[in-house]
Amino acid sequence: MAMAKTRDHLGRPVVAVTGMGVVSSLGQGIDDNWAALTAGKSGIHRITRFPTLHMRTTIAGTVDFLFPDEVRSPVLSERLAHLAAAEAVEQSGIGAPGDFPGMLFMAVPPVEIEWPARRDFFAGTDPEAGDAYDRMIQRVLSLNDPDTYEFALYGCVADRTADHFGTRGAPISLSTACASGASAIQLGVEAIRRGDTEAALVVGTDGSVRIEGLVRFSLLSALSTSNDDPERASRPFSKDRDGFVMAEGAGALVLEDYDAARARGAKILGVVRGIAEKADDFHRTRSKPDGSPVIAAIQQALDDGGVSTADVDYINAHGTGTPENDKMEAMSLEAVFGDALKGIPISSNKSMIGHTLTAAGAIEAVFSLKTIAEGLIPPTINYQNPDPAIPLDVVPNVARSQPVSMVLSNSFGFGGQNACLLIAAEPA
Amino acid sequence: MSAPNDVLVTGIGLVSSLGEGLDAHWQAMAETGARPHPAETDKFKPFPVFPMVPLELEKQIPRRADIRQMETWQRLGTYTAGLALDDAGLTGDAERLARMDMVVAAGGGERDLDVDGQILAGLETAAEPASFLNEHLANDLRPTLFLAQLSNLLAGNISIVHKVTGSSRTFMGEEIAGISAVEVAARRISAGQGDLFLVGAAYNAERKDMLLSLAMGRTLWQGEPASVWERGTTAEGGMITGSAGAFLVLESRAHAEARGKSAYAKLSAVLSGRSRRGPGDASAVARKQFDQLSARFGAKAPGVLSGANGIAAATAEERGLWEQLATEGKIGGVRATQTLIGNPIEAAFPVQVALAALAIARHGFYLPTDGSGIEQPAETPAQILATSWGFWRGEGMALVEAAD
Repeated sequence: MAMAKTRDHLGRPVVAVTGMGVVSSLGQGIDDNWAALTAGKSGIHRITRFPTLHMRTTIAGTVDFLFPDEVRSPVLSERLAHLAAAEAVEQSGIGAPGDFPGMLFMAVPPVEIEWPARRDFFAGTDPEAGDAYDRMIQRVLSLNDPDTYEFALYGCVADRTADHFGTRGAPISLSTACASGASAIQLGVEAIRRGDTEAALVVGTDGSVRIEGLVRFSLLSALSTSNDDPERASRPFSKDRDGFVMAEGAGALVLEDYDAARARGAKILGVVRGIAEKADDFHRTRSKPDGSPVIAAIQQALDDGGVSTADVDYINAHGTGTPENDKMEAMSLEAVFGDALKGIPISSNKSMIGHTLTAAGAIEAVFSLKTIAEGLIPPTINYQNPDPAIPLDVVPNVARSQPVSMVLSNSFGFGGQNACLLIAAEPA
Repeated sequence: MSAPNDVLVTGIGLVSSLGEGLDAHWQAMAETGARPHPAETDKFKPFPVFPMVPLELEKQIPRRADIRQMETWQRLGTYTAGLALDDAGLTGDAERLARMDMVVAAGGGERDLDVDGQILAGLETAAEPASFLNEHLANDLRPTLFLAQLSNLLAGNISIVHKVTGSSRTFMGEEIAGISAVEVAARRISAGQGDLFLVGAAYNAERKDMLLSLAMGRTLWQGEPASVWERGTTAEGGMITGSAGAFLVLESRAHAEARGKSAYAKLSAVLSGRSRRGPGDASAVARKQFDQLSARFGAKAPGVLSGANGIAAATAEERGLWEQLATEGKIGGVRATQTLIGNPIEAAFPVQVALAALAIARHGFYLPTDGSGIEQPAETPAQILATSWGFWRGEGMALVEAAD
């Protein structure tokens, strides 16, 4: 007997989530993360992995509890990705170990040779051989170190992950700054909707808290300098918010064609109902003052999902805690939702886990699904000093028990990246 | 056989060491078969590099402030994207640009080599190296340098300068990123997930930081330039990197027809693949791709624009595949474009597709540039297979043919 195919309001296949996994500064695995997140715990602490002398910011949400030693960023990004993806694949029960029957979409941080390697290459070279780079080039030609070489390639982490999980075809490495995790999910959703694959492994990972990364964000005045009280440093939507806190982590989702997932008896954790993206042409780091690109992204996500603002009962904010982001995000939401916005809970996971950059969109999608499953909304912690210009219900400081069936999850990034996901409970 | 969701190439921006624009490339590759400007063999010794021709950046990036905010690869890419939009008749078309989707392949991370050099030298004698490093990174790095390093800021700059503001995705990962970028855009058009795309990449080869990364893998050719196939027959071979930008406007047939725009060619299929590059792995992937596309071949065997890069193992393997297929009478002439253009890494595949579309549009083909026997005089192909094998991993193949 042929089953009727499940289709969305535009006649497209429905995209289900059947597995998820997460690592953050709060812990490894969904359970530990969820317990800490809903208890309002912060994962932010002083940086001990490298010396922070001369740094304006000396705190971060690193994953030292798992990997205390300094390793190359892509190595850490790979380790975190594998932990999150393994949890997601296991929960979904899809395929067999090392044999994932679908494509891989992976948000990974940009890669480069880091200072410890650069110093190694430079040490003992011949000053007569030219400038510093000539000297290092001469040296690496005789080193023949394939491992260091491969981890300096942009495609390496995704390729190794594809090897490890046995995904199909060439993996895609996404880099859309702080929207990367959401972009990866969007790529997976689109591939399933057009029937290219019945399953996709989607991962966002970031293990790149390093000295130069810290300096870079610092120079752009993006980071909180509330070093004295790390757990209170990330203060989204507060009047005294002073920037985001860099953090590490990974989130992973197994996406599947809804009918295929049902046919194999998989438990459906939710669906990705709508996706949207809208680029901003205003400035490299600042949003257009009228908010129109963010507004368009939110509106398009609702349209793509075929729902109205009244259907959204929780917003998982980008909520970085920078003065500009939170203001812009609130203003744009208000433009779309109007007065009804005041009645919709909106919270920022970043108040607790910090800003996991490339991984954020994926991690926050996982937490959004968990919010739906548990009927429990994680709080925005450190909300002692409300910003009167942002009159939102930010679920202050304490988690709230409340049924949720549709979440809007926002992700915005440098370079005019605005991505929105509409994540919903399984269709009845 | 035409369909409304056919993927058409309606605009091409192309810059490289051979020149700016399609005429310059056609002249060098189809009419003279020679490099109009010398390779750079001194500045980056021991590696030769094919340098970008001088560009008047202001022609596509009118605001000086924008130019200042970018590093070279972003300038090349933003410039080339502007050429493609001009060519497609979309410049200033606010309504269409605002819903045009973008997929960019990018590396990133152009460093300030002087600052790196000063810090490395200082670290050798610093009493407290860790403190010295922190202090100098905090004080010596230009605040906006980060924005010139982020991979997605080429796309970001294209949005700012050219107002392309639909979705914006940046793929990383050397050649395969360029392959996937073209593939995803084409698949989305075919499936009705968008009807107007800007796709491409840019690569600045004249960078010692990038040469350092590539040198670690012993991937680079040393000494005087030679053809791809000649390099491929030496012990290790090696690639010569080349600066290039390549952007394509891809458009559904229905969308192009509705605005009365003719096309260079139809992009009938794009396939990406990967292997671990054990002996025979890559050619097995490519053979599978070839067999999959062969159902679409016409009476005349397709020409081949090979993306072979000169690294010995992969180049020999790819050559073996084409020689086998030639023996079977299944392909026409083979041309390796990197002999003249070099490897522009993320831009390699967009360059290949651009050159294939150009040859289809001009009803011609490129001249042989190799004396070792594989590149033979050939009939003008009606269909062209454009390939790219990554210097590390990733194999892609596109089929390009007449739009009508």
